[in-house]
Amino acid sequence: MKPAPFTYHTPASAEEAVELIARFGPEDGRILAGGQSLVPTMAFRMARPAHLIDINGISEFAALAVTGETLSIGACVRHAAFDSDAVPGATGALLRKVVQNIAHYPIRTRGTFCGSVVNADPASEWCCVMATLDGQVVARSQRGTRRIAAADFYQGIMTTDLQEDELVVACELPILPPNTRSGFVEFSRRKGDFAVAMALVTYRLSDGEMIEPRVGIGGAESHARRITEAEDTLRGRAPGPEVFAQAAEAAAAACDPIEDINNTADYRRGLVRTLVQRSLENAA
Amino acid sequence: MTSKREITLHINEREFRVVVEPRRTLCDVIRDDCGQTGTHIGCEHGVCGACTVLVDGDPVRSCLMFAVQADGRHIRTIEGLADGEKLHPMQEEFARHHALQCGFCTPGFLMLAVGALEKNPDMNDEEIVDLLSSNLCRCTGYENIIKAVRAAAVVMKARA
Repeated sequence: MKPAPFTYHTPASAEEAVELIARFGPEDGRILAGGQSLVPTMAFRMARPAHLIDINGISEFAALAVTGETLSIGACVRHAAFDSDAVPGATGALLRKVVQNIAHYPIRTRGTFCGSVVNADPASEWCCVMATLDGQVVARSQRGTRRIAAADFYQGIMTTDLQEDELVVACELPILPPNTRSGFVEFSRRKGDFAVAMALVTYRLSDGEMIEPRVGIGGAESHARRITEAEDTLRGRAPGPEVFAQAAEAAAAACDPIEDINNTADYRRGLVRTLVQRSLENAA
Repeated sequence: MTSKREITLHINEREFRVVVEPRRTLCDVIRDDCGQTGTHIGCEHGVCGACTVLVDGDPVRSCLMFAVQADGRHIRTIEGLADGEKLHPMQEEFARHHALQCGFCTPGFLMLAVGALEKNPDMNDEEIVDLLSSNLCRCTGYENIIKAVRAAAVVMKARA
């Protein structure tokens, strides 16, 4: 249970980090941010990176800032930062609801939003937020900086579009209009455990009807995504038990659940139905 | 470099200068190099919470942090809780409520609870239960641990 040897790098700036990942990324170099997923896999020796590039000393990566209609989350912003009023408005309220579900407090003090997004575990709550709100991943390399939409970033279980010479310097989320309602519900067997499935919904009311509905699911499929079939059932209708049940049914029908030793696809499909319904009730 | 690094850890306000390989975890270095064996190592992959210590005031799993990452940081461990012979209120309440049996998980629970209550002295019962779900106790004395932390929260707040 001891990690294998690695060469340890401590860049002092983003430029230096980008230089190091360009050089060592192709030689099994990895970025070390919060380390709450990477270090356990190193302890099991499932991961044996030759180089670790520790970005914790780069002060600009600690920034959590709102610019216009965009929330920018720096590469080293910890989960715990969202358990506060640091982010204002409806986006802040949504993030506060979600963060309570991530692992446990001593993990949240170290683990990072961007690290979770890059790790792309199907059960990651932040991946579900990124997919549902159409967040953007800001990836920097010596070739330049590119913004990748969440829908393009995720390609499969723990598989993303990030290239080996790229460093995620931030993730961006939209600032939701003030009257946006949100609901998030996940199911796991034990508090803090990986979720078997989760659902996140947002919508606004205009003349008593739901507008701009978003329904995202995570944990159920190989990666989190929006379920447009469920959103279509909500759009333009008044919130209520009947329409919520229809959206839940549409999400269950549209999803293509993964299976594991404890959870069959049918079981996960049932969870998606229940969790979409509950998250809609939670938002109402 | 894979070669060893010289680092300084401030553990309970005592300075330890040690030379370590980057792959050594903080809990291993606290115990083996600094001789502070009150911090216990359970699962070594961040699940059990036995190795919880405070790094600059935040409870962290010391098995999921490399010691080189704690260079220059202030670390509090179980050895620093009591004031000489006088136990910390959390330790007193653990004893009073019979909140430990074998005691292996106890240092982790104490540091977790003290760290969290210092940040938020007004945790309600639900928040305390949620917090304590972070750590595992194989003797499963959870009810008594919850009672002890609730009682200590009152004492800590009164003395603050």
